[in-house]
Amino acid sequence: MADTYFNPTVIVMIVEDNPNVLSRISLMFGQRGFNIDTITASHTHDPKFTRITITTHGDQTVIDRIVRQTHKLVEVHKVAVQTAGTHIERELILVKVEVKEDQRSQIREICEIYHGMIVEMTRTSMILEMTGKPPRIDAFLEVLEPYPIIEMTRTGVTAIDRGPEPLDYDKDRAYA
Amino acid sequence: MLLTGAEIASEVLIEQGVTDIFGYPGGAALNLYDALYDRQDRIHHHITAHEQGASHAADGYARSTGKVGVCISTSGPGATNLVTGIATAYMDSIPMIAITCNVAQSLIGKDSFQEVFITGVTMPITKYNVGIRSVNDLADTIRECFRIAKSGRKGPVLIDIPKDVLLAKCEYTPAEPIKTEMPSKPDPALIMEAAKMINAAERPVLCFGGGAISADASKQIASLIADGHIPACHTIMGTGVVSFGDEHDLGMVGMHGSLIANEAIAEADLLIAAGIRFSDRVALNTGKFAPNAKILQFDIDPSENSKNINVTSFVYGDLKDCLNELLPLIEKKERTEWFDSLNGLREKDYYPKSIPGQLRPHEIMEIIGEVVGEDAVIVTDVGQHQMWAAQYCKATRPRGFITSGGLGTMGFGYGAAIGTKFGVPEAKVIHITGDGSFHMNMNEACTAVSNDLQVITVIMDNKVLGMVHQWQNLFFNQHYMETEPGRRTDYVKVIEGFGGHGFEGDTPEHFRKALEEALTIQGPSWIRCPIDPDEFVLPMIPAGKTVEDIVVSEEDLY
Repeated sequence: MADTYFNPTVIVMIVEDNPNVLSRISLMFGQRGFNIDTITASHTHDPKFTRITITTHGDQTVIDRIVRQTHKLVEVHKVAVQTAGTHIERELILVKVEVKEDQRSQIREICEIYHGMIVEMTRTSMILEMTGKPPRIDAFLEVLEPYPIIEMTRTGVTAIDRGPEPLDYDKDRAYA
Repeated sequence: MLLTGAEIASEVLIEQGVTDIFGYPGGAALNLYDALYDRQDRIHHHITAHEQGASHAADGYARSTGKVGVCISTSGPGATNLVTGIATAYMDSIPMIAITCNVAQSLIGKDSFQEVFITGVTMPITKYNVGIRSVNDLADTIRECFRIAKSGRKGPVLIDIPKDVLLAKCEYTPAEPIKTEMPSKPDPALIMEAAKMINAAERPVLCFGGGAISADASKQIASLIADGHIPACHTIMGTGVVSFGDEHDLGMVGMHGSLIANEAIAEADLLIAAGIRFSDRVALNTGKFAPNAKILQFDIDPSENSKNINVTSFVYGDLKDCLNELLPLIEKKERTEWFDSLNGLREKDYYPKSIPGQLRPHEIMEIIGEVVGEDAVIVTDVGQHQMWAAQYCKATRPRGFITSGGLGTMGFGYGAAIGTKFGVPEAKVIHITGDGSFHMNMNEACTAVSNDLQVITVIMDNKVLGMVHQWQNLFFNQHYMETEPGRRTDYVKVIEGFGGHGFEGDTPEHFRKALEEALTIQGPSWIRCPIDPDEFVLPMIPAGKTVEDIVVSEEDLY
């Protein structure tokens, strides 16, 4: 299990933009004993639909069950497992760290290397922003280790397939 | 025409072919009931003693007729009282529409009087649920809910309508009853492969369940058994599909299934699963279930594919369609060796014996079979009596055995029996219950009395909560904690107090006489049958075990 845990599976779903649709999906995960490591939801260019990205872990049997059970939900029009290599995957972090005056340049250097940004600075602290694949964010946090974290938040993963094709889904899917 | 939300909801129910609804009025539902007042000639509302009874009645109505059952409640406690009934229908994939009324939208979220977030409460126990926000969406949403409830794998759908939506007006245009959507025809390649698997099998066994009834595939199941010469067993939900005593019939499988059915699955080289979902009461030990068999599964729900048991081949589709495609490809094979070895097991199976002067559960079922015969629809509660009813039920009509299989809802029976009688008034409805289950919802006697329903309740009264008592006896050192409640209910007096008829059926002769008399009476009857508190449900495979651990006689128990 440890192995799969560190290689989370990214699942993208296109769901109807109805009230409670997010609760319905997250509830199903809880109901059936599946895990949600991260979840993001947002509107898309089609106002009828919301796009949800979930990262989860488990062996192939579990992932298959998650896909089938998710697809069974009436408002879900598409469920796609993103297999590594064919998609872009990003997460954003905001982290507020304690930084002494003489440490500011070191932080700037770290941000430069990790393509992060300093978005706010006070006499004793800084807020940093960074976007990347989750392992890269982990690495960013790792180098920030010497600076006490005051507060932090990560958005969870969002993902999109490479290439010119859209994620294909049935807009009029009527679940039987 | 310009109608209120309440009027639209009523009209859509009528337009969708609903003739009977079960429910209970209340503050938030007043407008809806007012609309129903003007439509009593077209839609009949039946009030129950309790909303739970209404939900079970709608469920029983759906199970016995194959139509969508409808129940209605007011907001808050009215809605939460439906919950057990909705969950019962969900677990057994029964098409149902539950309409709950709610407080006005201006009061929602403010902990108003009788406010409950019922769509939140019922999310995990409905196929779909929806809170209506505008009267303009009402008609189409209700229609869509009917479509969802009766399409594919059927199930309950809840519609929550706030009071202001019931009051608001909008234009209503009648529509045709919504069409049921079925999956596309099964994949011919998979059907071909399935036929090959079946024709190649030396020791096949068919196991069918509730899906066979839901898909109306009884005839096809019977043909598959006869054409292919294949022994067949069933889950409790499949009771009544194959004629009792048919040479291919192995009886029920699972925890309280027959030795022969469980052995057949253990020894088979092919298990054909038709509309079953391998629950833990059937596949008690998933690692050792059908260990020598390839498994060929037919199901209308793709999420059943390898959910509990990994299968060799999964055919997605309506069971009736699948079998219709499959049947012409099936070769009749003798399989003499297989049948001989199975028939050799029959004598090792459990057969209850009659004891002079004592009424035993199997005799109750036999007498019902003899007296009521083919016209009987058996409705059960949950517990020992339910297992006995399933084991010894001789009903051979599909939809003739109604039971809460998945959720195991004690208190299900009386409401369901009442719904059944409304659904199939020409049938003789026999409600089999135990003293434990019956105490939960016996209040529905008033509903049967008010409506002059001939629902005959047979109470297997062992004065203990038999199923739990049995487990305490076997696995908990006979510590009968709270399973001997010491009740002194006089059932004859109670039903007479309600306005029905009561009988004592303490011997086989008395029971037969009481049953015959009850069948001549309009209105409900109760027949109390005293049962030995130490009667066991046998055979029994303890939870998580296999057929190797099956107990087939009382002597093996200690």
